[in-house]
Amino acid sequence: MTDARGSAPDPGPPPGANGWRQEYWKKNLRLMVVLLSIWFLVSFVCGILLIEQLNTIVIAGFPLGLWFAQQGSIYTFIILILVYTLRMDRLDDEYGVAERDEEGNRL
Amino acid sequence: MSEIQIWTLVFVGLSFATYLTIAWRSRVKETKGFYVAGQGIPAVANGAAVAADWMSAASFISMAGLIAFLGSDGSVYLMGWTGGYVLLALLLAPYLRKWGKFTVPEFVGDRYSEYVRLIAAIAAIIVSFTYVVGQMRGGGIVFSRFLNLSIEGGVAVAAGIIFLYAVLGGMKGITWTQVAQYTVMIVAYLIPAWTIAQKMTGFPVPQVTFGQILGELDALSQQFGLEQYTEAFAARPQLDVFLVTMSLMIGTAGLPHVIIRFYTTKSVRGARFSAFWALVFIGLLYTTAPAVGAFTKLNLMQSVDGVAVASLPAWVNNWAATGLVSVSDTAETITTLSNDPASGADLIVNNDILVLATPEIAGLPAPIVGLVAAGGLAAAMSTAAGLLLVISSSVSHDLYFRVVKREASESQRLLVGRIAMGAAVLVAIYGGINPPAYVAQVVAFAFGLAASTFFPILVMGIFWKRANAVGAASGMIAGLAFTATYMIYTLEVFGTSAHDHILGISPEGIGAVGAVVNAIVTIIVSKLTSPPTEHVQEMVEGLRYPAAKRKETSATE
Repeated sequence: MTDARGSAPDPGPPPGANGWRQEYWKKNLRLMVVLLSIWFLVSFVCGILLIEQLNTIVIAGFPLGLWFAQQGSIYTFIILILVYTLRMDRLDDEYGVAERDEEGNRL
Repeated sequence: MSEIQIWTLVFVGLSFATYLTIAWRSRVKETKGFYVAGQGIPAVANGAAVAADWMSAASFISMAGLIAFLGSDGSVYLMGWTGGYVLLALLLAPYLRKWGKFTVPEFVGDRYSEYVRLIAAIAAIIVSFTYVVGQMRGGGIVFSRFLNLSIEGGVAVAAGIIFLYAVLGGMKGITWTQVAQYTVMIVAYLIPAWTIAQKMTGFPVPQVTFGQILGELDALSQQFGLEQYTEAFAARPQLDVFLVTMSLMIGTAGLPHVIIRFYTTKSVRGARFSAFWALVFIGLLYTTAPAVGAFTKLNLMQSVDGVAVASLPAWVNNWAATGLVSVSDTAETITTLSNDPASGADLIVNNDILVLATPEIAGLPAPIVGLVAAGGLAAAMSTAAGLLLVISSSVSHDLYFRVVKREASESQRLLVGRIAMGAAVLVAIYGGINPPAYVAQVVAFAFGLAASTFFPILVMGIFWKRANAVGAASGMIAGLAFTATYMIYTLEVFGTSAHDHILGISPEGIGAVGAVVNAIVTIIVSKLTSPPTEHVQEMVEGLRYPAAKRKETSATE
């Protein structure tokens, strides 16, 4: 990070007031890593690497590994994006970087 | 004219009239409207447009058929083509929307440098052209089967309609027609699927009920000389399934025509929500597809099992006329089935007809058959329009106005954008009528290319400030060279002969490895050369926060 500039140009924040930026970014990255681990788990681990082992369990006619590969992973992906979107909304508000119009309504 | 043709004409005519009405109402007068729809598209509408943009003739027409014949290993398409949206939503869409300009190469130009932008523009054009040819072809097949038009005539009609609304309305016209096309497509996909699920299992939710028939399907598949349906890694080795899934995921996240759809939302938050809606809309079709594949395959096998050639059901003859279904000359009764013409099975069924023929195979009424035809056309046309916009914007915005003519007025830019769009449509018509013999390989190439060129440098451009122009250019060229070399080595293209797959890795799966090569080269070269300018690093920093920080007092809920 190169925050030791003399005079920050217009869009840059005043030096020294950047702690919140790193904090915000770190929380974003942490959320991302958690969600991407689940993404990898349901598709690559359950749907591919362990599919044969999971297929020995059969629920409602579906071998479990096949169910993850053809149904479960897709449902999980949808939930992951929803969780990301809602958590980021909260994070944006917490740090006051949400996009709002003059009246303070969300854009 | 048969009853099916009349209904097809009704649905196709109605849907085309809708697209044209929308196009007229959303015509644009400025480049911001033409390229990014004025950045005023609501998140749900953009989600539907992304879904239509993304789900091509391949998703609608071919995918369920592919899964029906690949069985368990067909999952690579289901996971690969949906999992990419998680990457898009978390790693790219919000940040690229925050940056807020018109094209993918333009971002690359701002973040890295002008010459990297040229490489990116050319890659975007190649990727999009290989794709658009397949869409045109898909549209032509629908027309030729259901309306007895020639494939050439069908391609020309579909392209003519796309030309009208894309040139008139640019991204804005394309967006709102895509919303309509998604609606047509999903209704056309779900109605037959629900009906078949109800007919075969007594419960109309195919996602839940197709488990019940898997046992029967396994037994019958073996009887017909095929692999068990639920057996994993029957069609591809495990390593290959892993790599193909990964390649399709990162290829999806790197495709320019999908990425630019996220530029059209009102805000960063809108981009995040559109990714969510997009996957909801896509998931609706993608969770239905494996059920359609399983139901139709069982239906198909039951309807021909041990039947004498002379008394086969009517759909066999209807489709035999297109050359996509054939019965072996030596067969008297049907005992074996395949999708491979070289297999010598009694009945050969092409993957591509399974969805289109599903209503006929299941004996559903004629209006549903007509609706499915309109859905197939909607899928092909919506994707083609999105691709044509990428080609037009790369040619005009990234190449012409950067390299040839740097000063131009707003109206000149708009005119050149429209001319480029028109020219792209003409080339696409030509490509659809005279497809290169290796279309299927070329589509694999498009994904490999998107995965091994765009994705790594876009992600690093956002998450790693130290990545610089020399690094990105070397990474893109290395990833591309690696991927292309392996593809040419394993495929019969450009007059080369095909070699065996190394470690069982198919050409579809090599893009993931190419992406890793790209990333490693970018990191090493960036580290060895000087960091990007402070101005660029500040731009990257700016991408990370949706808006400037507000004073505590004005933050109202």
